[in-house]
Amino acid sequence: MAAALRRRSLAYFLLAPGTLWLVVFFVIPLYFMAKLSLDTEIPGTLHYRFVWEWSNYKEALELYDTQFVRSFIYAGIATLLCLLIAYPLAYVIAFKAGRWRNLMLFAVVAPFFTTYLVRTLAWETILSDESPVTEFLHAIGLAPGGHILATGFAVIAGITYNFLPFMVLPLYASLERIDVRVLEASKDLYASAASTFWKVTLPLSLPGVVAGTLLTFIPAVGDYVNAQFLGGVNNRMIGNVIQSLYLTQSDYPAAAALSFVLMAVIMIVVFVYIRFAGSEALMGQEAA
Amino acid sequence: MSATPATAPGRGALSAETGAARAWRWLREHAVNIVAVLVVIYLLVPIVVIFVFSFNNPAGRYNFTWVGFTLTHWAHPFSDSELAKAMLTSIKLALLATVVSTVIGTMMAIALVRHRFVGRRIANFLIVIPMATPEVVMGASLLSFFLILGSPALGFTTLLIAHVMFCISFVVVVVRSRLIGFDRSLEEAAKDLGATPFETFRLITLPLIMPGIFGGAMLAFALSIDDFVISNFNAGTTVTFPLYIFGAAQRGIPVEVYVVAMILFFFTVAAMGLVTWQQRRAERMTAIRPEQEESDIALPGIA
Repeated sequence: MAAALRRRSLAYFLLAPGTLWLVVFFVIPLYFMAKLSLDTEIPGTLHYRFVWEWSNYKEALELYDTQFVRSFIYAGIATLLCLLIAYPLAYVIAFKAGRWRNLMLFAVVAPFFTTYLVRTLAWETILSDESPVTEFLHAIGLAPGGHILATGFAVIAGITYNFLPFMVLPLYASLERIDVRVLEASKDLYASAASTFWKVTLPLSLPGVVAGTLLTFIPAVGDYVNAQFLGGVNNRMIGNVIQSLYLTQSDYPAAAALSFVLMAVIMIVVFVYIRFAGSEALMGQEAA
Repeated sequence: MSATPATAPGRGALSAETGAARAWRWLREHAVNIVAVLVVIYLLVPIVVIFVFSFNNPAGRYNFTWVGFTLTHWAHPFSDSELAKAMLTSIKLALLATVVSTVIGTMMAIALVRHRFVGRRIANFLIVIPMATPEVVMGASLLSFFLILGSPALGFTTLLIAHVMFCISFVVVVVRSRLIGFDRSLEEAAKDLGATPFETFRLITLPLIMPGIFGGAMLAFALSIDDFVISNFNAGTTVTFPLYIFGAAQRGIPVEVYVVAMILFFFTVAAMGLVTWQQRRAERMTAIRPEQEESDIALPGIA
């Protein structure tokens, strides 16, 4: 009895510092931001007062709806591209790389070891007007006017590159867990390579697909570094708006309102997505 | 198959035909490998660009086009005192944030894996949710908090608070995965041999989960030293390495930034090699058990 009690108090003791830190510096700040989003400015001052000012939300959304929608479109396209690019790589690392496996995994995480902003600057170089990449794309008609920088294409390219490892790693983890004998059984039963992939491999790797798309999509929607460095005025995303409202215009209520809507919409998208994709992912695990 | 002279001409024609077909089949069979190699190249190209441009000798302020080779910037990577100061701040911040978040996170991971208690689900949820929140929202909400409290002036302290906050979850996840794949019979053996719970923890548990703790710490360090978004909101006038780059981007990035980025890169690669080596050693330690299959060396930070 006493031992059980001691054990339980030990658990809470171990848990306390981390929980406290996360509650005080993550949960409570969200509450403060919620409150700030309903503040109104006291005329003539730079101070704000809490008055349930719901119109903050309406005004902010009316002003910045383009950036909002754009963020979700860019992030959606980038996530899809990441999935298409990452799947073959993850597949090869899991099933075919052999002794090259660790080296290829190293290549996947290597971009993380260079500073995020410098990586994005490198893309500014690669996509600049003088670069051979731009000239090549211009020659085959993919870069009208010979420019890539300051277009949506550049921003999506940057996001795709920067978040690609987030897609590869969970895909690899779920593919690697697949029992190769299941794939052999499929072949023994005269399934073609294609139908083995579509009916066995892909369904079994769905948990990785779900995890990867979420890990890519969530940071991509809120990102503003790529839009800042690679995009132009017409490619601003919601992160740019929130950042500039907070840090340069000091319009805290509007910025807080936008942050909240962003978080809420992401949560809804994630929830719907998990409801939709999660059940299949679960069935895939059952089949394993 | 042995070729007879009589069939030689026919065979020659045939093999030319099948040669093309064979090349096509080879291509089809290896298509996925070729794509994978192309993706690996794609992943590494920007790193090569950074490396190459760290030797550039640009004419103006913009380091975007290749002008000529020079070693000047590698010889004096910290000639810009602001850059040196920013880098020092970043390292100090990352070290402190790593120590604090690793200690706190490891404690949490042990509690979550080893103990059953009321509120366990809530604690798990609390760990997942910061990882599912966009950085902009975290940065903005923390700034709202500091603004409303008005208490600590934005600066190193608020940065440290923010960095520990977003590192904790990642440390917990990495250490927890190590604890879950943990052979508890070794602990039982220690207890049977008369070790106190604390001795068991210090002599058996801790060394065995050390690779996890080390991996978690490395991930925390990498996240902290590379963080821009949350820092941008909560730094006040303090400048870290990423904030320095962001500020410099408007007036042209000095080549030294590329040099420092490459130094960081090589440093991290070396550190990762160390972790992998340590992990291998820990695995050898547990490999006494014959029925245990040799597991793959996991890269640190991948949960």
